[in-house]
Amino acid sequence: MSTEIPARFADTSSWSYHIGNDYYRELSRQSELLREDWPESTSDELSRATSFLTREARLIDEGRFNDWLELFTDDCLYWVPVTPGGGEPTVEVSHAFDDRRRLTDRVYWLRTGLAFCQIPASRTRRVIGNVETTVDPSTGDLLVRSNVVVHEFRAGVTKAYPGWYGHVLRSSSDGWRIRLKQVNLLDSDQLHENLTLVF
Amino acid sequence: MTLQHDAVAGRPAAVRPDLHALVRDDRVHRTLYTDQEIFAEEMVKIFGGRSWVYLAHESQLPEPNSFLSVRMGLRPVIVTRDRAGVLHAVFNRCSHRGATLCREQSGVAKSFQCPYHGWTFRNTGELVGTPWPQGYGEDFDRTEFGLHKVSRVESYRGFVFATLNESAPALTDWLGPATGWLDYWIDRAPGGEVLVRSGVHRMGYRGNWKLAYDNAGDGYHPAFSHRSLLEMASRMGESKDMAYFGRSPDEGPMRTYMLGNGHSVIDQRPNYDGPGSFWANQRPQPGRERVEEYIRAEYGADADRLLDLCVGSQINLSIFPNLLIIGNQIQVVEPLAVDSTQLSWHATSIGGVPPEINTIRMRTQEDFPAFGEPDDQANFEEVQRGLAAPEAEWVFANRGLNVPGWQEVGPDGVVSSTATDELHMRHYYATWLDLMTSGGAR
Repeated sequence: MSTEIPARFADTSSWSYHIGNDYYRELSRQSELLREDWPESTSDELSRATSFLTREARLIDEGRFNDWLELFTDDCLYWVPVTPGGGEPTVEVSHAFDDRRRLTDRVYWLRTGLAFCQIPASRTRRVIGNVETTVDPSTGDLLVRSNVVVHEFRAGVTKAYPGWYGHVLRSSSDGWRIRLKQVNLLDSDQLHENLTLVF
Repeated sequence: MTLQHDAVAGRPAAVRPDLHALVRDDRVHRTLYTDQEIFAEEMVKIFGGRSWVYLAHESQLPEPNSFLSVRMGLRPVIVTRDRAGVLHAVFNRCSHRGATLCREQSGVAKSFQCPYHGWTFRNTGELVGTPWPQGYGEDFDRTEFGLHKVSRVESYRGFVFATLNESAPALTDWLGPATGWLDYWIDRAPGGEVLVRSGVHRMGYRGNWKLAYDNAGDGYHPAFSHRSLLEMASRMGESKDMAYFGRSPDEGPMRTYMLGNGHSVIDQRPNYDGPGSFWANQRPQPGRERVEEYIRAEYGADADRLLDLCVGSQINLSIFPNLLIIGNQIQVVEPLAVDSTQLSWHATSIGGVPPEINTIRMRTQEDFPAFGEPDDQANFEEVQRGLAAPEAEWVFANRGLNVPGWQEVGPDGVVSSTATDELHMRHYYATWLDLMTSGGAR
């Protein structure tokens, strides 16, 4: 982000100064890149990306949400749009538009033991495939696109959520961190019951 | 009269329960939430046959020949604007063999052609043509084969309602004192410009539609049903929006008002004090610190007013049977089956404000559907499960009944009470019973 964040707002799990017009413009650019045709991935990049997604999936499916949260950058976004493909988040609502603070809230909320919609908690298992990768030419971030089906069992009912993920991964000293995770549900704009599982 | 032990489960098909015995002063019978036949009757009478129902907001039909697919109870309906801009509602059902004509959610169309046999209708309902008309003989009168029209479509300041009841009162009479509360909600937007084109959270639950209506006017549940949200909101120390529900709400200044015809409102505004207070008490949204700094720097003394517009109206207005105005959202109750309901939360934006204000409005409107409503809907589903026990017959709505000092009659004749009174249920069930048993036109 080009914006200078004042020191008092530096902790993005408590403050959200960094999300302004420039942030939305950058999101729009990344989201478009995630929908473009890409050249064929190199096998090394592909296998490293697949292994990252697999580990992330396992953390969620095992309910290790604090560990999952650690995968995200300080300026991250966990985004589940309502409008198929993403739409225009400055004028449209999303199922989740979680910056670091709201994502921390979400994990905290899940762990309060008081969210009745998660008592009993969702059991999930997800399958990820059709993984593609490319490098964002303007930032050097790794873009990863994959298809996903999340299977959920809760309160006697099994459901399946098909869709695709777009990940923007930033290199850090101890591996990749998720800058953007865009979750595109096939039927994002349709009726959903209790959409409180983590995608 | 004596109610037979679970009159519904064991009754012969031909015997209809006496609904007067199922709606009492302090309780209603479980079968109002579980019985298929009562549900089928509600879908005819309550959802349009006798009552007015909310269909759409005019901003969803922005230009001549716009259309929108909706439901009126279980009836598929197309709301249209004709070329002159006048609103109509027709059944989305080909007059020939019954197929739906319009299979899009919204768009612009002067006419609809049935994909099955090609009958074509104007967006006002008239039959324009049939392929190879000679097959219908010479006495075929096209005017007899138009789409079924919803006879009355009226709009109150952008809110479009309809009824099939020719003798229903005028819409403004049906709304009664609710118009004043709608006015407050609409006039928060500069120039009254509300736009309902910002996405919809279509939330479904496996329970009866009235569970949503019972809940919308219920000031008793938040301290319990929303404990997770209240707990989350205190993660960073201070408690935020709705915390006042947890502090002996009966002693607080919140009131619930009965507006006639089943409508009611909870007014949470007395919990706030002055401009900027809505904003100050809202749980933090993504981008909050940045937009606050920007708006205060650019708009100075007007900043508090603008920031408050990023946050909900602090009223819960319930317009019977299917319109719930909560925060900045327009919630439509759409029954699907006796034990299945869609609640469509239409996000709104407003005119006359900087774009940053509308963007933060989006982030505010994502908060409750994510962290509040799912807990309510989980409780609705568990009520539906609980109601499967036939021997436990009653659902109680007796909080506040005959409690001295709770209800007051205002100078306008509107009865009000403390926000945890279940008066709103007793109030709307009187209308429900009236619509289900007598003409309902008053």
